[in-house]
Amino acid sequence: MRSGFAFALCLILSLTACEREKRELSPQPTRSEAGLATDFVAGAGALQPSGNPAELNAPALSEGKTLFATYNCTGCHANGGGGMGPALMDDEWIYGYYPDQIFRTILEGRPNGMPAFRGRIPDYQVWSIAGYVRSMSGLVRKDAAPGRDDHLSGKKPESSTDKMQPSNSAAPTVP
Amino acid sequence: MSPATVAQSALDAAGPQSAAIEWLWWLMFVISTAVFVGVMIALAWAVRRRGDHPASDAIMTRWVTGATALTVVVLFIWLAASVSVGRASGTPQLKDAVTINITGRQWWWQLEYSDTLPSNRFRAANEILIPVGRPVVLNVTSRDVIHSFWVPNLHGKRDLVPGYTTSIWFQADREGTYRGQCAEFCGLQHANMAVFVRAVPEADFQKWLAAQRRPAADPASTEARHGRDVFLKATCSQCHAIRGTQAGGAYGPDLTHVGSRATIGAGILPNTPENLQRWIRNPHQFKPGNKMPPHDLSDADLAAVSEYLRILQ
Repeated sequence: MRSGFAFALCLILSLTACEREKRELSPQPTRSEAGLATDFVAGAGALQPSGNPAELNAPALSEGKTLFATYNCTGCHANGGGGMGPALMDDEWIYGYYPDQIFRTILEGRPNGMPAFRGRIPDYQVWSIAGYVRSMSGLVRKDAAPGRDDHLSGKKPESSTDKMQPSNSAAPTVP
Repeated sequence: MSPATVAQSALDAAGPQSAAIEWLWWLMFVISTAVFVGVMIALAWAVRRRGDHPASDAIMTRWVTGATALTVVVLFIWLAASVSVGRASGTPQLKDAVTINITGRQWWWQLEYSDTLPSNRFRAANEILIPVGRPVVLNVTSRDVIHSFWVPNLHGKRDLVPGYTTSIWFQADREGTYRGQCAEFCGLQHANMAVFVRAVPEADFQKWLAAQRRPAADPASTEARHGRDVFLKATCSQCHAIRGTQAGGAYGPDLTHVGSRATIGAGILPNTPENLQRWIRNPHQFKPGNKMPPHDLSDADLAAVSEYLRILQ
């Protein structure tokens, strides 16, 4: 009886491991073009938390980290510390910290400088980048977060970043 | 570039280093074969005379001592040969050399032809043109994981390590196309990470250099112009650069002269308009899990893009 229980436990554990290790072998070309409301209000937007499968997946988060540099997010946000754009490695979220809010921030752009990537990059890459952005303040599972920098390291890797309690610098305004 | 005309064998040396390595291979093969045959004969002889006349301690000591001495001599011959081949193939011949910086990427090879004049430097991918009879110095590194550069007809392997640059040199003594292969497991598409070295006469090489240094050709036809617009507005320009346009991405190969390449996808497909369209629509049917996203372009847009890429000679 006990061995059966242990076997079942191992099986369940191996399933979680699969999620972390799964490679996307045939990603979808979907590029969200329209249908997203933009109301340029700090903190507003869909507040139902939606899941982001990329956050459980180590290759996706690691690719998100690479794309973060490749698509020149680093040009304004540096390696998370911020510059011309706000810092992403702290607990402050101007436009929301839920995965779909970050997804919209990347796709729609935000006032005062954040460009819109709508139609430019496929959705699965946006989800990867959104997952990586959350990993910078420890909001994703540590075992899936990237553990290594390609640049000079000035902080702990994402896989060692403790979860920060997100706070909004601007409270959501309901019109 | 059909498979029949592309060489990939360490036993068909095309340069001084690979010739030295081939010589070492044959030396080791011949000695190992002789040792193997000798041991087998001794074993057969021992099995046949089993139990007849047990040898005296003196005779056994003499045989074991002789065999040990012979082993030491053989190992020293190999050591001397190995060190001398290492020295001969490792010493750089920098005079009059062509210098190429190679960066390993998942899963293709980024080339940068170096020049003292910065405006003469340019990037290319996967197909390395070199002049016959001139030394070529490669400065190799990697951007993601460890790769290994290995063109067996020209030289041994050299690892490409992230954040660390090393140099090797080789030389092709005869014309030909030599296929190489990543030789360090680097992820899903490791097996499909091919590189081609084409050795051509000096005059052809200079002509090719001059052509590669030029910015991209301006599209003359309406379709190619439309292709360029699609290229710049769709996902393509996020990762690919075309010199002379606004496309400046550096995650994928530089496509300024992609039309002049024989293959696409690091050797996975011959470079034809049909293959380009199939590749752009869904590269994952050829290299599952590679970094290029699939594209949902209309047939007309896709044809225009492939026409534009074709004229980028």
